[in-house]
Amino acid sequence: MRLNLALALLLVPLAALSLFWDPETLRAVAARDPALAQTLLLELRLPRTGLALVIGASLGLGGAAMQGLLRNALASPDVLGPSTGASLGAVIAGYFLGGGVLAVAAGGMAGALLALGLLLALAGPAARTATLVLAGVAISALGGALVNLGLSLAPSPYALYDVMFWLLGSLADRSLGQLALAAPIIAIAGGVLLAQAAALDSLALGEDVAETLGVSVARLRWTIVVATGVMTGAGVAVAGSIGFIGLVVPHLVRPLVGNRPGAALWPSALAGAALLTAADIAVRLPVNGQELKLGVLTALIGAPFFLWLVVRAR
Amino acid sequence: MTLTATALARPPMLAPLSLTLAPGQVTGLIGPNGAGKTTLLRALAGLGTGPGSITLDGAPLRQSARSLAWLPADRDIAWPMRADALVQLGLGPGAAADPAAVAAALAAADAQDFAARRVDTLSTGERARVLLARALVARPAWLLLDEPVANLDPWHRLHIMALLRAEAARGAGVVVALHDLDLARASCDRLLLLHQGRLVADGAPDAVLTPDNLAAVFRIRAGPAGWAPA
Repeated sequence: MRLNLALALLLVPLAALSLFWDPETLRAVAARDPALAQTLLLELRLPRTGLALVIGASLGLGGAAMQGLLRNALASPDVLGPSTGASLGAVIAGYFLGGGVLAVAAGGMAGALLALGLLLALAGPAARTATLVLAGVAISALGGALVNLGLSLAPSPYALYDVMFWLLGSLADRSLGQLALAAPIIAIAGGVLLAQAAALDSLALGEDVAETLGVSVARLRWTIVVATGVMTGAGVAVAGSIGFIGLVVPHLVRPLVGNRPGAALWPSALAGAALLTAADIAVRLPVNGQELKLGVLTALIGAPFFLWLVVRAR
Repeated sequence: MTLTATALARPPMLAPLSLTLAPGQVTGLIGPNGAGKTTLLRALAGLGTGPGSITLDGAPLRQSARSLAWLPADRDIAWPMRADALVQLGLGPGAAADPAAVAAALAAADAQDFAARRVDTLSTGERARVLLARALVARPAWLLLDEPVANLDPWHRLHIMALLRAEAARGAGVVVALHDLDLARASCDRLLLLHQGRLVADGAPDAVLTPDNLAAVFRIRAGPAGWAPA
């Protein structure tokens, strides 16, 4: 509880910093044209800050839920394929449906849910967790190959450039409409996940024991898979793929909650929001005159962390 | 509560069998490796899918922390929680914290000394006692335990079997898979002998542990210095 409060309080300065980044420019614009400054804040900064909070929370929460479900600290939403499915769906929508905001978002979610549908069909209704992971890895590989196929068949160099940049993951130049699209979906799916905390704690004792304690493990598994998939689809569709937050955040949080997987859900959501907001502030520091892509930064920080986990688990 | 299994089967591991198990007794489940002990225990716990039905006092089994506790032989724990936090989970998902019940269960399993330790720092035998405390904490009507004394030292084996007798005395039903036939003879009211997925003997320990059964099923006989190959 105190941890949640501390993390929530941490979000306030981070959100303010993200929203009012580069205050000199903001003040200069406001002095010349107050209406423009207001537009800039509402239509450029607010969506960016809002999306960083919402998508960061969804990544942290999705990772914590997936690790709890699979009882594996090296699992993350990417493992089960919805991230790749969402990328593929968004790439296809970008090419064939004109690349509008709504088309890409719809394509992303359709792709995530299609990947999940395939997963359900492959693993079967009574799937063991190991089957689920193997099927997820296969689907991820297939989705990744199809994304690359799509890239190599790009109709024009500009389309290729657009899609590649979007795949790198970024929150720059997003609209209020995109925030209004992603936020409710992530809020509902996130609420569903947060409600599974007690069942996830029981699952720490193993699937059989959880079942005898009255947890419907099959229902819990599909609830988490579908909620995480929907959330991932919405997030990827708006921001591209942002890796490693979902893997790293639950690791940072779990020791602070006595390593209980259910108790890690809320703090993972809050810490994910804080970490992605901080990362999105960091990418605005210009490198070589360019803004770094958010997905590149999170991978640069996250991948070594992942390697450290592997070495420690060996 | 009386536990009744009707035409219970898990092909190909377990041939159909019907059983009525009375509360207040310790029932031992014995048989060589691969005889189907774990399969039968899991089926009695309502786990897995297969033909047959389980009832408690005539009503279909509803799994809950109060109705039955299943203790697998597997001692792995996914997350390095504190022992007392792990035992608390035995009260069921979302149950209110009950430090008194947790402390009592840990003490019963002689695991009170490591209540505040992380389970990944415990030895296999210590972890086994913590997991047993987890099974006991909700005072379930039925305890279904797969080799609860494996990995335990001799004193703790006797201690845990005495604990199971005390659980039966408070009215719980206890079914326990055992490999130690001397312990089974000394601690159980009734023995079920499984061989190749079939129930081949059922009764008081002396009626089940006959020289013929021991030779046919376990390929051992009582020798002058303990068990000897038959």
